[in-house]
Amino acid sequence: MTDTAAPAIELKGISKAFGPVQANKDISIRVMPGTIHGIIGENGAGKSTLMSILYGFYKADAGEVWIHGKKTEIPDSQAAIAAGIGMVFQHFKLVQNFTVLENVILGAEDGPMLRPSLARARGVLKRLSEEYELSVDPDQLIENLSVGHQQRVEILKALYRQADILILDEPTGVLTPAEADHLFRILDNLRAEGKTIILITHKLREIMEITDTVSVMRRGEMTATVKTAETSPEQLAELMVGRKVLLRVDKAPAQPGASVLEIENLRHVDHHGVERLKGISLEVKAGEIVGIAGVAGNGQSELLEVLGGYADGTGTIRVNGAEIDLTGKHSDGQSRRARGIAHVPEDRQTEGLIMAYAAWENTVFGYHRDPHYQSGPLMNNALIKAEAQDKMTRYDVRPPNPNLAARNFSGGNQQKIVLAREIERDPDILLIGQPTRGVDIGAIEFIHQEIVRLRDKGKAILLVSVELDEILSLSDRIAVMFDGQIMGERLPAETDQTELGLLMAGVTERPDKPLIEAVDAQLDAKEAREAEQHG
Amino acid sequence: MDKMPAWADAVLVPLISILLAAALSAIVILAIGEDPVAAFKLMVDGALMRSSGWGYTLYYTTNFIFTGLCVAVAFHASMFNIGGEGQAMIGGLGVALVCLFIPFPHWSVALLVATLAGAAFGAVWALIPSYLQAKRGSHIVITTIMFNFIAAAVLNYVLVNLLRPTGAMDPATAIFPQATHLPTFQDMFAPEGSRMFRGSPANVTFFIAVLACIGFWFLIWRTKLGYEIRAFGFSESAAKYAGISPVRITIVSMLISGGLAGLMALNTTMGEAERLVLNATEGAGFIGIAVALMGRSHPVGVFLAALLFGFLYQGGAELALWTNIPRELITVIQALVILFTGALDNMVRMPLERLFLAARRRDS
Repeated sequence: MTDTAAPAIELKGISKAFGPVQANKDISIRVMPGTIHGIIGENGAGKSTLMSILYGFYKADAGEVWIHGKKTEIPDSQAAIAAGIGMVFQHFKLVQNFTVLENVILGAEDGPMLRPSLARARGVLKRLSEEYELSVDPDQLIENLSVGHQQRVEILKALYRQADILILDEPTGVLTPAEADHLFRILDNLRAEGKTIILITHKLREIMEITDTVSVMRRGEMTATVKTAETSPEQLAELMVGRKVLLRVDKAPAQPGASVLEIENLRHVDHHGVERLKGISLEVKAGEIVGIAGVAGNGQSELLEVLGGYADGTGTIRVNGAEIDLTGKHSDGQSRRARGIAHVPEDRQTEGLIMAYAAWENTVFGYHRDPHYQSGPLMNNALIKAEAQDKMTRYDVRPPNPNLAARNFSGGNQQKIVLAREIERDPDILLIGQPTRGVDIGAIEFIHQEIVRLRDKGKAILLVSVELDEILSLSDRIAVMFDGQIMGERLPAETDQTELGLLMAGVTERPDKPLIEAVDAQLDAKEAREAEQHG
Repeated sequence: MDKMPAWADAVLVPLISILLAAALSAIVILAIGEDPVAAFKLMVDGALMRSSGWGYTLYYTTNFIFTGLCVAVAFHASMFNIGGEGQAMIGGLGVALVCLFIPFPHWSVALLVATLAGAAFGAVWALIPSYLQAKRGSHIVITTIMFNFIAAAVLNYVLVNLLRPTGAMDPATAIFPQATHLPTFQDMFAPEGSRMFRGSPANVTFFIAVLACIGFWFLIWRTKLGYEIRAFGFSESAAKYAGISPVRITIVSMLISGGLAGLMALNTTMGEAERLVLNATEGAGFIGIAVALMGRSHPVGVFLAALLFGFLYQGGAELALWTNIPRELITVIQALVILFTGALDNMVRMPLERLFLAARRRDS
């Protein structure tokens, strides 16, 4: 790698506006071949827009794209592929009921007949998997694969199309730490082979770990491009947000009181007949935060849904010592709220908020039947609006305009609206799922402080997050979920990412064989079980 | 940020749609060798320039308000009730039964009881499809369409075999008793000896329709039931999270929807025909879909859209009467309006949105 060679990608003065929103402002970067270039920035900073322009989904209003020293027009994704660009999306674009092989050749068939394409692809896949540790069973259906393996298929698809520039958009969001490590090893191998990689992420740790250079985006502008070796997480965070940010949560030791939430042998079967919770037992005391770590899809969502009253379960749940109904008429969101359980759901856009409702309407969502908000047969909208204004000011929702529809707020501000609503009810128990997913760093700090503040008021908090950093820094006690079960509980001071990562993959004892093999074996066993259940 | 101001969404889009439909209609009229300007003049003249024309226009408007609100309330719960036609037919049965079999002292009492009966019968007809949707997942569009046919068959059977007066040849009930006859606009507004509203069918039911619009607004935007209906309509998953029962909202909103359709029978059956005939609804249940779409499921919009379709119906009848434009062409014109205001909404909306965005960018 020399600085005199032509850059693999060079963007010159890219601008793109959506209506009044300037998503990209005069952006220029140079990515040298055989390097990993990180692009980091908050949600809405314009990272995805920039990559969509590079991949031909959007047309830039101004600017040029140069690939390997040649000015290149990329009007559509076909042109991007022809130029050697491959993209691995955050949400995979795979056909669930096709095999790996069929997905790989989809759209890149050699001719009208499938057999020769499949045979060729089988050969190429075998070579690629050996070269880059990208092993997947070519004949397995996608729906039977873990997310980690599905992602490998996406990478294989790009490589099969002879991409030498690979863009990965938030690739680790759905992976266990071990899977993420494996992905980084794959990326390392690809870099060694001379491939160029652009890694889009909001996780500072990943940037520090794998990239050679990093560009920071803020509000559509490229604020800095630095060599990773010459920067620090603190400096990057500051560049992203535009001010100094507290990366660690500031909190005093917990002072747990009486047991508020007791869960015993909780089970849940989903509508496909698959058992998602396999006998969960857990306790949350007043004044403590219990964090549930786990890779997405291991039953955490179902646990919150059963606790929140909108999925049926069997077993026992006690709130302040009194048992609550888990099925039937008295098991819904309303009755849970009446028992002092507040819930900030994992997905604020499809559950926590009505996106088309104004902010003020959302500030009573779920509590709208409270007589306090009624006046006669009608709802007391004036009162609701006045209280909403007050809540929005105190929770620093920007803009503090209660008449604006929820969808017009940024992710962080939407989350603050939900938090304000749930915390202001002064609940005994707060269930909170993915509190900072899609939330910018500045708001993360605020949300974490609010959660700790609620704990210090003696409330019981059950936190579910796929971000291990978040679990480690917020929780007073950590329970790890895998495959619908609690694999173990740990105190944050007495554990680390590696141990939790193993538990998240269902490995309960430190193995004597190499880590990655133990994790793979465990995940393969889970896949086989699920394939059996589906088949 | 919203792409364009609310007024443009509510007023400009439907207005342009209507103009496009009118332009296309004019071309069609030209193509068959008639004069579109004269035709339009005739429509306006027949529907709006004389009080009896207004009497017809408002009569049709009343029907379309009820069926428009019927579709609109279901829209708010994100359901497509195509069964307004059948619900209105069965509502008519309810109205006819109370009018025929309860001896009323005065039309006002009769109107009150018939209102309840029409709404209840219409609601019951919507109950079965809504129950099937809520509990069994049978799609409401399919079931309500089927229920239109079942309603027609039921009505046919009841009229021919049970309610037809002996000796009568047509499938209809006997004329309702005098005490159930509703005051027409002529009775209410024409001074002694004046020809105002003479012979036109608009009647007191129009005011019930206006009241229904007002009640609809309060229900949807001011009560907790309306809050829940809209929440459910926007996001079922969020409604579940909030403890709003999808089963309850599906059934309740369809009951309201069917009830509103049933009220239409007050106008046609009690107000105009003064007996129940087989084809009392005359497709108003389907026009309700266009009215609700064009009126953006808002009562003011529904009222205005109903007025427009009332004008088209009455004006169309005038055209058929006084010109060589065939009846079928009037249906074509009405269909064009439905096409442009309902189905092709985005064709007008998207360029407009782009215009507004461009204007805003230039300002900033």
